[in-house]
Amino acid sequence: MSALGIAVTDLTADDLAYRIDGLDLLQGVSLHLRAGTVTGLLGPNGSGKSTLLRLVAGALPVSGGTLTVIEHGAALDLRAMRRRDRARRVALVEQEAHAEIPLRVHDVVALGRIPHERRLSGPSDLDDALVVEAMQRAGVVTLAERSFDTLSGGERQRVQLARALAQQPRVLMLDEPTNHLDLAAQLEMVRLLRAVADAGVAVLVALHDLAQAASLCDELVVLRRGETAAVGSPDEVLSPALLATVWGVRGEWVSGEHGRALVVSAL
Amino acid sequence: MTTTRRDAPAATEPGLAPARRSGAPWLLIGLVVLAVSLVLALVVGPASVTAADPITPGQVLGSAWHHLVTWLAELGLPVTVPENPLSPIRDAIIWEGRAPRALTAVLVGAGLALCGVVLQAVTRNPLADPYLLGISSGASLGAVAVLVLGLAVPLTVAAFTGAVLALLATLALAGVGGRLTATRAVLAGVAVGQACGAAVSFVIFSTTKGDSYRDILGWLMGTFGAAQWSSVAIAGTALILFGGVLLGFGRTLDAFAFGDTAATALGIDVVRTRWLLLLLSALLTGALVSVSGAIGFVGLAVPHVVRLLLGPARAGNAAVARTSAVVGAIFLLWADTVARTVFAPLDVPVGVLTALLGAPVFAILLLRGRRRGET
Repeated sequence: MSALGIAVTDLTADDLAYRIDGLDLLQGVSLHLRAGTVTGLLGPNGSGKSTLLRLVAGALPVSGGTLTVIEHGAALDLRAMRRRDRARRVALVEQEAHAEIPLRVHDVVALGRIPHERRLSGPSDLDDALVVEAMQRAGVVTLAERSFDTLSGGERQRVQLARALAQQPRVLMLDEPTNHLDLAAQLEMVRLLRAVADAGVAVLVALHDLAQAASLCDELVVLRRGETAAVGSPDEVLSPALLATVWGVRGEWVSGEHGRALVVSAL
Repeated sequence: MTTTRRDAPAATEPGLAPARRSGAPWLLIGLVVLAVSLVLALVVGPASVTAADPITPGQVLGSAWHHLVTWLAELGLPVTVPENPLSPIRDAIIWEGRAPRALTAVLVGAGLALCGVVLQAVTRNPLADPYLLGISSGASLGAVAVLVLGLAVPLTVAAFTGAVLALLATLALAGVGGRLTATRAVLAGVAVGQACGAAVSFVIFSTTKGDSYRDILGWLMGTFGAAQWSSVAIAGTALILFGGVLLGFGRTLDAFAFGDTAATALGIDVVRTRWLLLLLSALLTGALVSVSGAIGFVGLAVPHVVRLLLGPARAGNAAVARTSAVVGAIFLLWADTVARTVFAPLDVPVGVLTALLGAPVFAILLLRGRRRGET
């Protein structure tokens, strides 16, 4: 429990594996997500980042390993949990979600209340209030009446974030939420994620931009070909040696007045 | 908890959206239009066109009141039965001919449109319609087999049996060796539909002669020409049983819009829910097809028309499903009224009319929607 008396939830994945058609897409991956921190998930394309997020979210069946949430000091098996109970704890923002039908932004965000609603009675006043609050936190209140498919990429990501926040998750996972966003929108997303973590949520975010990961994340997990290549703080992990082995590039950190940047070149 | 609770944030923030939109005004307007349409459809008909003294809406309502009170009196209630404003012949024309036919059209239209909304959402395919799973072809095969072979089986029973068998074949094919995904369901439906369609063609080609052609053709294109009160009972029961449950799944359908992973992450058992929704809509479609034949276009087009009417602000699947049911009912009622009167004494299969009337309306709405940037 934190000093504020807020229920703190940690999530531990141990020795996770995902196998399909005889292929090991993920093997022996372990994670520890702590409440109030942002964990970055890094790795080249195809290294298993999205697979890992889906396994934790329950959208793919785990082939081996354990998934545990520690809540009020008790360890709960995430895999044995009912889907609804799981969805109340873990939320996932997918990469580039799009809807086949025109949905109002408000209705998209309200989807986040599905795991909390009683099946027959539908959304309550509390559900409605939490939807509005989630929209406020993600800065999409002014978009509430718009159709989701008319939004820009950055707006869509923030709406998806609001939907995930409406789930009131203890663990929030996002799959490359800054992809295809302009620079201002990327910074805004990073700021929002930091704020979510500061409110006590354990955030796991898959990222491509290593400099962004270094500035946003408290801890990094690097995947390579479905296995863990490195775990630790950004300073420990993003060494020239690791950049060479995992990404096959030469990397060098350049410090400036407002932060640092990674300059990469071919090996 | 990670959230900070505020008191009624919706009320304190200026410019905030009203929490929920139901499309209720449209629904109400639709229900009124439907009621008025129903009375008008009963008045319109070749028998009253030729008569010097046409039946009026007032007479129809008076006659309906007469029958209702008669029924109450038969139940033993102390009421005075008013006089029937219609002569016995006219009474029979209305209540044995037009009324069951009109009500069947209303129920079938509502059910087909509702199934269209559900199937389009479940399969994430805007071109999905109630016949997607090979149901209409299966029903046709059952019906045609009975018509051609002269079996002593009621047509509705044969058609419903055919529909259910086709559905089971589709679901078995889609579910074998893997998860029931939207794509697998659609592909299996196409395969079963094509197989049944080919069988229907073969049976007709090899055995049909004389007048049975017209019967079969009418049935294949969909018609309410043979509708009776038993048709109303079948379609009504199916709509209440299956349609009622489907209406409760609106928000689940919204969750399907973002794909299986997103729906699963929201705590929905995607495979089981998809099975359930496919099964319910197929049973409903099977029952509807069994009383009317396979009427095209309603289930495909009405959901899109309703989305364009409601606009994105109210286009959640729950509102679209409710409104589509009413719009589908109105549309099919008028299509059938045109089908049985305009070309009288020819009773044109209503399926021809739905496509003929529906296609231009659909095209206009699409163009308007495009201009507004809504589609």
